[in-house]
Amino acid sequence: MSPTQQQAPLQGYLRQDGRKGIRNVVLVAYLVECAHHVSRKIVQHFDDLDVHLIGFPGCFPNDYASDMMKALCTHPNVGGVLLVSLGCESMDRDELREQIADSGRPVDLLVIQENGGTASTVARGIQSVGAMRDQMAQQTPVPMAMSELVVGTICGGSDGTSGITANPAVGRCFDHLVEDGAACMFEETGELIGCENIMAERAVTPELGQQIQDCVAKAERYYRTMGFGSFAPGNADGGLTTLEEKSMGAYSKSGASPISGLIKPGDTPPTGGLYLLDVVPDGEPRFGFPNIADNAEIVEMIASGCHLTLFTTGRGSVVGSAISPVIKVCANPETYEKLSGDMDINAGRILGGEASLDEVGEEIYRRVLAVASGERSLSEELGHQEFILTYKSFEPIGPACLPVRQV
Amino acid sequence: MNDKATANKALILLHPSDNVLVATRSLSAGTTVTLGERSLVLPEPLAVGHKMARWDMTTGEKIVKYGAPIGSLLAPVAAGAWVHMHNMTSDYLASHTRRREGRAATSSASSTPTTASQESPS
Repeated sequence: MSPTQQQAPLQGYLRQDGRKGIRNVVLVAYLVECAHHVSRKIVQHFDDLDVHLIGFPGCFPNDYASDMMKALCTHPNVGGVLLVSLGCESMDRDELREQIADSGRPVDLLVIQENGGTASTVARGIQSVGAMRDQMAQQTPVPMAMSELVVGTICGGSDGTSGITANPAVGRCFDHLVEDGAACMFEETGELIGCENIMAERAVTPELGQQIQDCVAKAERYYRTMGFGSFAPGNADGGLTTLEEKSMGAYSKSGASPISGLIKPGDTPPTGGLYLLDVVPDGEPRFGFPNIADNAEIVEMIASGCHLTLFTTGRGSVVGSAISPVIKVCANPETYEKLSGDMDINAGRILGGEASLDEVGEEIYRRVLAVASGERSLSEELGHQEFILTYKSFEPIGPACLPVRQV
Repeated sequence: MNDKATANKALILLHPSDNVLVATRSLSAGTTVTLGERSLVLPEPLAVGHKMARWDMTTGEKIVKYGAPIGSLLAPVAAGAWVHMHNMTSDYLASHTRRREGRAATSSASSTPTTASQESPS
């Protein structure tokens, strides 16, 4: 590598806020379920790996949903946005359009009730997205440093192999990325129940450690009210017996770096380091389960700036995501045999003694660099662009959560 | 890590203080495994990722995996026994699976082994 490549080994699309994207995606975003079909027709017309569909289904107002839509529409991987409104929903479409325009991105807004209905709105949407793509094609990528990269991790369809192979291997990769100056985040505090004390010891300040313990206690309270922990039947089929067992396995994704901060969906890491994303709502449980499925959490990590997500799976999840590519790390060698076309990395080799944790960790690291440099991950290539955004409520984080900001 | 090298590395000890081992591949009932000096025959199938008792244990004993407690035994187990939902429970959220709730009327001890062996044939 030349010195320039060492400093900036990646290539990214520079945005007005200084962040850089590893993709240049056009988003078509419906602002209520009633505008979903029209939006989907527009996206389907292009059949393009870089034209994505996102949206919020609810008609009632929700601050979290508005903030998330803003964060997602101004994500560094996004180059332009078409908003599709029915017309009578409560999402503030004009404010959202303004926020996107202020971020320097091309943006259009189509209101179905004012555009002659379904067919003509689809036609206009296709025109609009086409024009945006032409405009975005003029953009050229610029060098991007590792310190400008944000990577998230999630586990889905965990089993008894996850905590032995894929999760600790992602932990090794995270250690390497943090060493390079990148920001890494792990999440799902409901799946860290039982790990709160060892996790608090890794916090960069005792006050942050206390915040981490409080946030896991909040998750436990919340799930207790729901009547279920974050534990699916497939987890048990795969050999996991208890939530704390699943937690210990999930926790190993975080690696061994100190924990620099505790953030909530939409907060972006202020600098490199390892961050815990608190995805469990604040206050009394109001809108049901914290996260109805894995993609709800992936979307929250993306709203917090993740350029890509490392997804470990034992049972064999196949999902990808809108906006940011997903890299699959398969923990279970038997699952890998069945689903190899969906799995970027076979961490199950560790079980047979064919590879060490360090070797697989390094393989994941190299895959991160390749995907961040433009190579497609398998789920991305297959067209997976899952997206979930539901109702939630959060209080802002306190000063103890981000000690790095005070330095 | 004496236990690690047994039964063609079919079982792994994750932490020296653990009292369970994890199957690295699916083992059928009748497989002979070696635990340190002892060798014993698996009384039931053990699917990949599932846990096996490292020694005899009594009701209420904490199960230790990754060097951390992951729950408590609901019944005594013998060395070599499968340790799962039929004989252990969480110390945090006890009723945490839809499976257990949904099948409360039937015996999870008899239904779960069949599922595990069907879903992960060795």
